[in-house]
Amino acid sequence: MDLKNQLMARKSAILKKWFDAVAETYPDNTSSFLKKQKAQFTNPVGYTLSEGLEGLFDALLKGMIPDTVKVFLDSIIRIRAIQDFTPSESLSFIFLLKKIARQELGNEEVLQQPGMNDELTAFDSSIDELALYSFDIYMNCREKIYELKANEARNMTFRLLQQAKLIVDNQD
Amino acid sequence: MAKLPKPEELAKVDYTPPKTSWMDTPVVIKEGMFCHGAKTKSLQTLGFPNARDWRPMDADWKLPENWKEILLNGIADRLKKYRSFQLFMDICVRCGACADKCHFFIGTGDPKNMPVLRAELIRSVYRKEFTLAGKIFGKMAGARELTLDVLKEWWYYFFQCTECRRCSVFCPYGIDQAEITIIGRELLNELGLNIDWIAGPASACYMKGNHLGLEPHTIVGNLEYMLDDIETITGKRIKPTFNRKGAEILFVTPSGDLFADPGTYTAMGYLMLFEELGLDYTWSTYASEGGNFGFFTTNELAKRLNSKIYNEAKRLGVKWILGGECGHMWRVLSQYMDTWNGPADFLEVPKSPITGTVFDHAKSMKMIHVAEFTADLIKNNKLKLDPKRNDHLTVTWHDSCNTARGMGLLEEPRYVLKSVVNNFHEMPEDTIREKTFCCGSGSGLNASEDMDLRMKGGFPRANAVKFVHEHHGVNMLANVCAIDRASLKPLMDYWVPGVGVCGLHELVANALVMTGEKERTTDLRGEPLPSAQAKEEKA
Amino acid sequence: MRALISLVAVLLLVAVAYGMAEANMRFLLGVVIPYAAVAVFIFGMIARVLKWGSSPVPFRIPTTCGQQKSLPWIKQSKLESPSGTMGVLGRMALEVFFFRSLFRNLKMQRYEGNQLAYGEAKWLWLAGLAFHWTFLVILLRHLRFFTLAVPVPVQMLEGLDSFLQIGAPILYITDVIFLAAVTGLFIRRVMLPQVRYISLMADYFPLFLILGIGVTGVMMRYLTKTDILSVKILTMSLVRFSPDASVLGQIGVLFYIHLFLISVLFLYFPFSKLVHMAGVFMSPTRNLAANNRWKRHINPWNYPVHVHTYEEYENDFRAKMKEAGLPVEKE
Repeated sequence: MDLKNQLMARKSAILKKWFDAVAETYPDNTSSFLKKQKAQFTNPVGYTLSEGLEGLFDALLKGMIPDTVKVFLDSIIRIRAIQDFTPSESLSFIFLLKKIARQELGNEEVLQQPGMNDELTAFDSSIDELALYSFDIYMNCREKIYELKANEARNMTFRLLQQAKLIVDNQD
Repeated sequence: MAKLPKPEELAKVDYTPPKTSWMDTPVVIKEGMFCHGAKTKSLQTLGFPNARDWRPMDADWKLPENWKEILLNGIADRLKKYRSFQLFMDICVRCGACADKCHFFIGTGDPKNMPVLRAELIRSVYRKEFTLAGKIFGKMAGARELTLDVLKEWWYYFFQCTECRRCSVFCPYGIDQAEITIIGRELLNELGLNIDWIAGPASACYMKGNHLGLEPHTIVGNLEYMLDDIETITGKRIKPTFNRKGAEILFVTPSGDLFADPGTYTAMGYLMLFEELGLDYTWSTYASEGGNFGFFTTNELAKRLNSKIYNEAKRLGVKWILGGECGHMWRVLSQYMDTWNGPADFLEVPKSPITGTVFDHAKSMKMIHVAEFTADLIKNNKLKLDPKRNDHLTVTWHDSCNTARGMGLLEEPRYVLKSVVNNFHEMPEDTIREKTFCCGSGSGLNASEDMDLRMKGGFPRANAVKFVHEHHGVNMLANVCAIDRASLKPLMDYWVPGVGVCGLHELVANALVMTGEKERTTDLRGEPLPSAQAKEEKA
Repeated sequence: MRALISLVAVLLLVAVAYGMAEANMRFLLGVVIPYAAVAVFIFGMIARVLKWGSSPVPFRIPTTCGQQKSLPWIKQSKLESPSGTMGVLGRMALEVFFFRSLFRNLKMQRYEGNQLAYGEAKWLWLAGLAFHWTFLVILLRHLRFFTLAVPVPVQMLEGLDSFLQIGAPILYITDVIFLAAVTGLFIRRVMLPQVRYISLMADYFPLFLILGIGVTGVMMRYLTKTDILSVKILTMSLVRFSPDASVLGQIGVLFYIHLFLISVLFLYFPFSKLVHMAGVFMSPTRNLAANNRWKRHINPWNYPVHVHTYEEYENDFRAKMKEAGLPVEKE
């Protein structure tokens, strides 16, 4: 059985650990709230995390289509980019998967099988690839925030300019 | 191969969850989460105490010597004046039902944004100073000293509450965090600790009649721009009147609609509708603000700003008042205005001159919401509507907090909306009507410097919009609130790109077939109409 | 920690009662303290309600949880957004008897939602309701100790409560539900990190106190023999304000512990969050009609304020107004 099948077989256990690990980057009492992840509308953060992580996991195993993974990455990073995290903290959730996957596999000594090392390296590289996409997405989100701020400031200046012009109009 | 960093460690750098009890976790004021302090000049204009320039990030807030005394006296005074405050200080059982109902808690994950804990910030001091148990048992009874840290915590968190009242819907005793925030902000205001985004508009409104500080000639000029656009679109030149004595109706709307897109399209909608009806109405430049940023400072200032509406109605000798689309404006009007500045016995019970309907439910306050007015028109078949003109839009409805939970205006706008658009989809049940989620920018928090806060607080709302956007192709978020129109736009830009924001009467005017109009090719925004496009393609 | 201290406090109270009963201070335990507690409770609650009542309701601020009364063809939500006395009474009844607002958490989601997400909220509502109702029934059942002939309604209540006909003495269902609900509420408080975070000693202490009362009561009924006849002689004598000290010696220690804990609850009540029992009726977001728009509400402390008059406004802008073609009062 190759690595991907091994991981697929352990999908729900890995996803749960991954989600919990991400949830634990929040304060104690918040993480327990996030873990009620199925309430799509009353707990949007928890829900989005859980959906996004599952999407990423599937993509890693079934072949990464950049446009698809970017949607999942975006949904998670868009939230973390405005929460109280530093950039590195915001994106750290991706790397958590490396360790969790090994923990899950390690118990059954799957890791000793021939060829597994190469497959693991490939798996790690895919995760690294996700991380690279994430940098772009994170920057986009932050830039968007600054753009929104600037837009509001510009709108206000624009109003002032318009107002000034109006006064001129009236004096004509 | 280089050794990989340990991610679980990385994730926790500089981010230790509060292991200490909330009382022992001092506030950390973070960039992007607060608004600038109020300017000296604004506070002076309004006659507010302790006016000074100060900065929230500075350690020294330049407080008056006796700040503690001022606050404690302020609390004592309000306990005697407001049963709500006295009661809400005493009866909370900390069941936690409200905890996860707050959009700021959901979005920020900050435990002090749980409504119960935000109230405990002030309740703990109340216990210490005003209850026997608190005086004797201190911390064991949940009491704590009022310190500078506590004061900063109040300021930080009372300006992270939009007074939306969602928590009070779920509270078994109806404890309303909005009420506590309102009083908390009054107390802070006594120390000059207001924010610029509230004090600035409030002082502009006091002197010039509206939040934006538009002077009379500018209001006229701005409307002229809109009239030009209306002429381009419909071929009709409208001539509204201002400050006209003897008009039947005084029209008051939030000034945001006069200045910024997409609010201006809503204002164009009013102009077109009233023109088509031949309504005998007037705008006022003196009472040119429906909203009330005074409500976010003190009860007294709210009353002072609000007084202009009745005073102007009296001066002009109108029969009744029609109010535009706004959220907190209508909380203030329907639950406060008559008590503050009534009785308006010089006015008549509002009666639609078109349908003859008498709006008995407004017989004391003498003012009705434009959604009620239009719903009545449509019900009586007084408008010729072509909803197909809105076929390029798939619309969902955002209930504004204040009209939903402080008034109960739920069906009227929906009735109007369904009459003027063909494609309408509700958002999920737990996010609309009395359970609606706030835009995250209400109660004067729609500044630009607190954009992070606004995006977090608005996330639950945006998330529900995203759902109908993805499942039903919704591309327009309609509402009856000026702050919504201004603040949902960036919210959508960030979370759900591809969804626009509009007021109800923009859609009404799109669908409204006016007598003698030319064939319309665009909607109010200048976007080509689907029918016109189809025709072009045919030709 | 806060829970532990509260538990220790209640255990200490038990020890105190035990010690006093053994040290022959039964007159104090059985007569003096109960009288004092009841007096403090009654006067304390009256004082509390008067205090609330002395603060006026300056504004009519109901939280509208449904459609307002407006046009006749739009269906008003009469209970969620009541506009008259009947509606308010209905809303308050739903709130007080069925915890309507807590029940809101129950609503299932229509879309891909999962009802499990609401499980916790449902338990809060259910446990809260079970706790309060069984507490009331048990309290009413105790009326048999305070009336010479047991009133018929109390007898009926007892009959209903024991309809399972299990055991001897026959098991009261409310006893079981009551203990389960209090325990459930306690477990919820410590298990949910959010709720644990907001909990104060003042939240754990009454839970343990009430649990202690329940446990001692149940022990007296089902485990040890209690001289009910003597208890009734004592309680009836207390009711008549002529305490009969002769029976004090014949009643077991357990009874004194039970009574002492109840006395502490009565003493504690008016100074604690338990006053929500009376406060719920006075909450202005619930007990007012949403009728502001047709019935003016009076604020007793409404006072005149400085306003910026039209005259001042026109003085500021007269030239600009005239230029823009706006009518002015003074040329």
